[in-house]
Amino acid sequence: MSKIKPAKGAPYARILGVGGYRPTRVVPNEVILETIDSSDEWIRSRSGIQTRHWANDEETVAAMSIEASGKAIADAGITAEQVGAVIVSTVTHFKQTPAVATEIADKLGTNKAAAFDISAGCAGFGYGLTLAKGMIVEGSAEYVLVIGVERLSDLTDLEDRATAFLFGDGAGAVVVGPSNEPAIGPTIWGSEGDKSETIKQTVPWTDYREGEVERFPAITQEGQAVFRWAVFEMAKVAQQALDAAGIAASDLDVFIPHQANERIIDSMVKTLKLPESVTVARDVRTTGNTSAASIPLAMERLLATGEAKSGDTALVIGFGAGLVYAASVVTLP
Amino acid sequence: MAATQEEIVAGLADIVNEIAGIPVEDVQLDKSFTDDLDVDSLSMVEVVVAAEERFDVKIPDEDVKNLKTVGDATEYILKHQA
Repeated sequence: MSKIKPAKGAPYARILGVGGYRPTRVVPNEVILETIDSSDEWIRSRSGIQTRHWANDEETVAAMSIEASGKAIADAGITAEQVGAVIVSTVTHFKQTPAVATEIADKLGTNKAAAFDISAGCAGFGYGLTLAKGMIVEGSAEYVLVIGVERLSDLTDLEDRATAFLFGDGAGAVVVGPSNEPAIGPTIWGSEGDKSETIKQTVPWTDYREGEVERFPAITQEGQAVFRWAVFEMAKVAQQALDAAGIAASDLDVFIPHQANERIIDSMVKTLKLPESVTVARDVRTTGNTSAASIPLAMERLLATGEAKSGDTALVIGFGAGLVYAASVVTLP
Repeated sequence: MAATQEEIVAGLADIVNEIAGIPVEDVQLDKSFTDDLDVDSLSMVEVVVAAEERFDVKIPDEDVKNLKTVGDATEYILKHQA
């Protein structure tokens, strides 16, 4: 048997830069109330959401990703040519093939970087981060761009009073690269396909095409079941990620959970018994739930406002449709 | 040992007080969680999970919607506790 020479990877990986893009149109609860029978007070008390951003025709999944990625690349202090792979997590790129990652890689000016899309709902950022870490340590790429991007306004039923107010659009990106020190802890991830009905697209595209349903597909969820799973089961996963990284809650600087709903965030913080010294991301208030984009967007904002700083230790956890989840402890860029 | 009806109501009163800040004396059998005690659908999930732990009982999501009053929850726990 011939001996195959392996690639030479980095000892560890870290997040080197982060960037975000929020669409220009800010949508307050008053606009949502034009199509559902509810109130600003009700929406705020159930979700914490005050405003969200909705993309216009020019703010496509690719365009938003390119904006966010450009910032992340600049923040990392590298050039686009150095990016060896582009991973895009989205459920709202409505052209099945080719992967939107290829267009993004090209327009950013990468040197034929490997590029592909993944589908892992609101856990997409953590899934992408885990892949990127593996690729860097294994040696198939030196720098990997991980993008979470959604135009959830395209998949929102504006007449459904349980979900119309929840979703927003945007893109968040990070550059992951080599490190001499561990800066991305072990990923605790998984799927629970037996709960696939809990959060889902109402009907397949083909049902709509064939006229079996009149309404364009939208995301729907069982609110109480999602809340219970997100708070109590995901708190266990978050704790496992802390334990696996050897980080005590008292050593943690920042908590960046998927920005699904502020009530979920509040209850997770309580269940995890996080000390008050931990900065908690609450970007959902003005960004809504942007699925795969929510963690990098929240990370970018915490760093931009100074609430978190480079080198801080952060626990990130994404969870959503699948059901799927991914959590890890990271050093902030 | 299984909890009595009185113990369950007292336990639920503690839980509702902790989660929604409602005075324990307001938590009575005939009180509706949402209409009388200001426990919304998400807080109700927290009440249910706390009750599961306290009374060693499983309350699946599909049964939660039937627990409209403190009496409904008490009866459910009495019947299902291990």
